[in-house]
Amino acid sequence: MTSLLANFRRWQFWLTLIGLIALVIYPNVASSYLISLLTEVFVFAIFAMSLDLLLGYSGLSSFGHAAFFGLGGYILGFVARNWTANMFITLPIVLIGSALGALIIGFFALRTSGLSFLMFTLAASQMFFGIAIKWTAVTGGSDGLSGIPRPTIGVGDTVYRFGTGFQFYFVALIFFLIAFWLMRQLVHSPFGRALIGIKSNEARMKALGYNTWRYKMMAFTLAGVFAGLSGYLFAYFNRHVSPETFYWTTSGQVMIMVIIGGAGSLTGPALGAVLVRLLPSYVSSYTERWHAIMGLVFILFVLFAPQGIIGLLKKVGRVSNSPNEP
Amino acid sequence: MTQLKADHLHKDFGGLTALVDVTLEVKSGERRAIIGPNGAGKTTFFKLLAGEHIPTSGRVYFDGQDITHLPVHARANLGLSHTFQRNNLFFDLTVFENVRLAVQHHRRLAWQMFKSAGSYQAINEETEKILSQLGLSDHRQQLARHLAYGQQRSLEVALALATEPRALLLDEPTAGMSPAETAEMAKFIESLPRSLTMLIVEHDMDVVFSLADRITALHYGQVIAEGSPEEVRSNPMVQEIYLGTQSAVKRHL
Ligand SMILES: Nc1ncnc2c1ncn2[C@@H]1O[C@H](COP(=O)(O)OP(=O)(O)OP(=O)(O)O)[C@@H](O)[C@H]1O
Ligand SMILES: [Mg+2]
Repeated sequence: MTSLLANFRRWQFWLTLIGLIALVIYPNVASSYLISLLTEVFVFAIFAMSLDLLLGYSGLSSFGHAAFFGLGGYILGFVARNWTANMFITLPIVLIGSALGALIIGFFALRTSGLSFLMFTLAASQMFFGIAIKWTAVTGGSDGLSGIPRPTIGVGDTVYRFGTGFQFYFVALIFFLIAFWLMRQLVHSPFGRALIGIKSNEARMKALGYNTWRYKMMAFTLAGVFAGLSGYLFAYFNRHVSPETFYWTTSGQVMIMVIIGGAGSLTGPALGAVLVRLLPSYVSSYTERWHAIMGLVFILFVLFAPQGIIGLLKKVGRVSNSPNEP
Repeated sequence: MTQLKADHLHKDFGGLTALVDVTLEVKSGERRAIIGPNGAGKTTFFKLLAGEHIPTSGRVYFDGQDITHLPVHARANLGLSHTFQRNNLFFDLTVFENVRLAVQHHRRLAWQMFKSAGSYQAINEETEKILSQLGLSDHRQQLARHLAYGQQRSLEVALALATEPRALLLDEPTAGMSPAETAEMAKFIESLPRSLTMLIVEHDMDVVFSLADRITALHYGQVIAEGSPEEVRSNPMVQEIYLGTQSAVKRHL
């Protein structure tokens, strides 16, 4: 039993290492189109994992997660165009801005639960969409903000500029790895277990003395911060941010990533992001109907693999391991 | 010293009156049994004390503090813990995880966000201790939903005890248990520290009479008798209500 466990750990370690090496080699051999495709996947993986904190761990069905994705993008767009694109400055501003946004929305949204919570978060993000369209002076209206400069880092005169798609790939990769690591620590920590407890049985958590509202506020805020981070990267990546980032279809898409990937596992939603972002670019070269095909894939998952990609992988793993099991 | 006090509690559910003018004082360290036929209002009374319901009128005091409108979690943090008549567990989590959630909060570690929950030795040891006290050690990795009913009852008590309360409300801890399990549970409750104030709703009269210092009898939401086990046993109203309805009591009365 212990040797099995040790084997599994070793196996996991090598898989991770090989994966990392592959991700470093990839941009050196791939076309710039393929590099940008994977960069986008990293960005959306962060977004999907952040929603998983709510959907999969806290049992909070937010249908307005795009609010923070868009917020991160717009704050970056505004700061980078009017002041500086230095990440040492833009990053803290965006993180704090997204946290404040999430605190305010969460404060009201978390007075409700279930379907009302879903509707409230949806309404909040649609309100942001409305503001982005109407407040032209700051948001650029329906055109959004374009000409966002490439990110830089540095202090004083020593400034490094991530000027190419190749370089930005590594920015996105590093942020993805850090975000993944932080969220992984979070869900395994006592705080993360408390969120799982709230999802499982909130009334009992209260009976144990947990002020569940505060835990949910914190979860909502942290999820907002990571979603803001992904929107921030997306705006740097596109050098443009548009009102669609706030639109409900963005919330819907990230929700599909989480469900297809398998809620409550972090890795699952990251894989969901891979599938949902990569599939269209393959399918659409054959047919125009990728929306329909995406919908069909989603329905098939909901019907036949409700645990998502991660559930399927676990099932396959169990079957192939079964002779070893005690 | 009075630890828990119900002052003229009244509870209406729409048109239905579940509790009428219930006043009751429990001393620190006292073991009080609440008896009464089905629907008498025992669970409703507990829920008012625990904060699961808010009374229509009347007040609740804990250690002299008015807690009538305090939310459930705040009462739990004052040291007033309760179990549920219907198992109310983290059914999709393991037995260990169930108890750990209680322990990590009590140890004020539940806001830790970076280190893995499993790496806190103090939490692990405390959790193991409680599991072994309630005979659940061998089931620690089982999902709560997969436990036998009696074991789920034990876990219900384990969760309430893991918060190290000063007063404990037990709503039918042995309901649905086999006679052997009931005896086991009764022995365990008996073995709890005498400093722990305890209110217990229980239909098993063997358990009630061996455990309680004092007994309060409820009927249609009203207190119809209160006193030592002997006094309540010989109370004519109690005898009349129980006569023929509950053979277990009849045997004792
Ligand atoms: N949430 C509720 N809404 C409406 N009526 C309720 C509610 N809870 C309890 N009641 C009613 O209040 C009365 C008292 O119920 P309660 O559960 O307190 O009785 P009990 O003494 O605990 O009974 P038992 O021995 O069956 O557990 C019953 O008539 C019950 O139907
Ligand atoms: Mg009851």
